[in-house]
Amino acid sequence: MNPDWILGLIGGLMIGAAAALYMLGNGRIMGASGLLGGVIDGTGRANLAERLIFLAALVAVPAVMVGTGAAQASRPVAGLGVLALAGLLVGFGTRLGSGCTSGHGVCGISRLSLRGIVATLIYLGTGVAAVLIARLMGGAA
Amino acid sequence: MTRLVIAGLSGGLFGAGLVVSGMTDPAKVQGFLDLFGAWDPTLAFVMGGAVVVMFLAWRIAAARNRSLSGAPLPAMPEQRLDGRLIGGAALFGLGWGLSGLCPGPAMASLFFGGPSVWVFFAAMVAGMALFGLWSRRA
Repeated sequence: MNPDWILGLIGGLMIGAAAALYMLGNGRIMGASGLLGGVIDGTGRANLAERLIFLAALVAVPAVMVGTGAAQASRPVAGLGVLALAGLLVGFGTRLGSGCTSGHGVCGISRLSLRGIVATLIYLGTGVAAVLIARLMGGAA
Repeated sequence: MTRLVIAGLSGGLFGAGLVVSGMTDPAKVQGFLDLFGAWDPTLAFVMGGAVVVMFLAWRIAAARNRSLSGAPLPAMPEQRLDGRLIGGAALFGLGWGLSGLCPGPAMASLFFGGPSVWVFFAAMVAGMALFGLWSRRA
């Protein structure tokens, strides 16, 4: 049996350390949707360089890990139409709700922020519902 | 300069953590959300580990008044539960469940997840741009 939960825990500690470094170092919340969204809609103009460097490293380090064989590649299982719809929902939803799994989840819950906790419970709930619906409809999920 | 170095280190560590934890694999994320199927608890360990570290970081932040770079530490936002928060989280969750991808892992897997990750990423960027236009009008 693969010790997936041990790797999950180690990776989780690394994600937490990244968020802690960004918060204690730069005074900012490490939220993936906020960092990218601010670049897309121009609201992050004031610290654009910082955002772009964060995002570039977020893309590059996993690419190198997989490219050198240190980690395994993985691909989405859903079809292209479903992925396009899902991408729209994730993009619009995370901006409307001001956060995703990293901002509301990791940074919000750990601060005992009511908004972060409520948002996380809601996206977990609709996430479970989406997987269930996809399963009932015989979708790829 | 310090800020840029910290941003690069943090982004890289975030990406590495996502890969190590298995969260760049959409099947593992959907496995966690699949309560009525073969449930995969990994995501709970990832979230738990990350939250514990950040909980300690917030304790450290409470005892300081500035970040290392001199910028103020993030203030607690106003704790208002409005329609935007609830509606936005609900839409996000639907997309997350359908794809097994959220913004961090989607970006982290751009160069190994095949063309379908780019389709998701392009749609996500479009959704964000759409929100930008919509919120400027509203």
